[in-house]
Amino acid sequence: MALAEADAVARPIRRPEELAEVDALVIPGGESTTMSKLALLFGLMEPLRARVADGMPVYGSCAGMIMLADKILEGRDDQETVGGIDMVVRRNAFGRQNESFEQAIDVRGLDGGPVHGVFIRAPWVESVGEGVEVLAALDGDRIVAVRQGSLLATSFHPELTGDHRIHRFFVDMVRARPR
Amino acid sequence: MSTNTPAPTDQPSVGTARVKRGMAEQLKGGVIMDVVNAEQAKIAEDAGAVAVMALERVPADIRKDGGVARMSDPNMIEEIIGAVSIPVMAKSRIGHFVEAQVLQALGVDYIDESEVLTPADEVNHSDKFAFTTPFVCGATNLGEALRRIAEGAAMIRSKGEAGTGNVVEAVRHLRQIKNEIARLRGYDNNELYAAAKELRAPYELVKEVAELGKLPVVLFSAGGVATPADAALMRQLGAEGVFVGSGIFKSGDPAKRAAAIVKATTFFDDPKIIADASRNLGEAMVGINCDTLPETERYANRGW
Repeated sequence: MALAEADAVARPIRRPEELAEVDALVIPGGESTTMSKLALLFGLMEPLRARVADGMPVYGSCAGMIMLADKILEGRDDQETVGGIDMVVRRNAFGRQNESFEQAIDVRGLDGGPVHGVFIRAPWVESVGEGVEVLAALDGDRIVAVRQGSLLATSFHPELTGDHRIHRFFVDMVRARPR
Repeated sequence: MSTNTPAPTDQPSVGTARVKRGMAEQLKGGVIMDVVNAEQAKIAEDAGAVAVMALERVPADIRKDGGVARMSDPNMIEEIIGAVSIPVMAKSRIGHFVEAQVLQALGVDYIDESEVLTPADEVNHSDKFAFTTPFVCGATNLGEALRRIAEGAAMIRSKGEAGTGNVVEAVRHLRQIKNEIARLRGYDNNELYAAAKELRAPYELVKEVAELGKLPVVLFSAGGVATPADAALMRQLGAEGVFVGSGIFKSGDPAKRAAAIVKATTFFDDPKIIADASRNLGEAMVGINCDTLPETERYANRGW
């Protein structure tokens, strides 16, 4: 729905042939261990990596951020990610559900004031490589939004707020991409 | 849920409706499995469960053993929390808000105020707004679902008839809820007041459902799912995910059946995948015919 508000057509992707038909991808929140398992089981992991390597724009929020990380901490031993962003992400870094929270955050490059971040058993970015732009951080060092090339990731869930600026930002990234 | 963003504040706020309901949003499309120890919890996580429900006995054993069913031992819940990295839910008795306080203190991610346990209060459910931990509650119809939401529930599941391995009651309850929502959609504003009175639910919530065409919280199915096809059936009927209780660990090969139910829940609209998932699963739980179940042994009648 957030994507529709940002003037894009959204469809669910569960199979490799569905992936082949889209210009860009949003990996939403959810349980990253389940996502990783199902992506491997249904042969989606390698095609995803190939599309990312090929420059397909991807936005990952929460579990989606974990899926875009080159390296994760506190994951399951057998948990694989798609990767693509040179960063280390700590899973469930903000704690369990009782510690889940919402808070205003400034996101670099976004007009119109802070966004309202909803963090649910959320990860944070522990460290980033040179090519990664940090877009938002809490308390200075807890990185919660990053961009590397055509890949965008946030720890929080903009789709739960009715503020579609992050999705619009991503759709603009997709449209600005040279083909 | 309201889609209006409140004025941003610099202070983090916990336990808000958005954070509670948003947690359930992350479970959509997934399977939540009943487990009674750390070993089962790991099997569930390995199979791709999006969360586990920690309880002392699965409903089928509660039925068999009889007696009063209560909140689980905190040690057992903590062991399960320590064993897996996915969210852990646990059950409190209906109206037993102290059990719920204990579960919150233990750090569980969701509390199920459940008819599977013996009710502690035959008039009142717990005030779920008093907690930071979100609640899921069972419902057999729309009015019941909305009363639970009015008390602060952040997720609803059909009650079904837990521990029977028979999906018939889950189907009945989910169809009932969906039908009543569809009926509300056709009402004009004048009719919604009487509808609220009939549903014994707050007018504001009734109006919200009439406008949205769905509940304002995530709706799962529970109570009797035993096979991959059962899970896919509930998804095709409109459940956003499924709870599986006795169906997995009362079957011949729990790890295989658990993985198969996860597959069928994800690809609920693809009969070929459901067929493959259904092959050679070993023995399903035996099951109970609900029409031979005496009224006093029907858990769905608990809660109101």
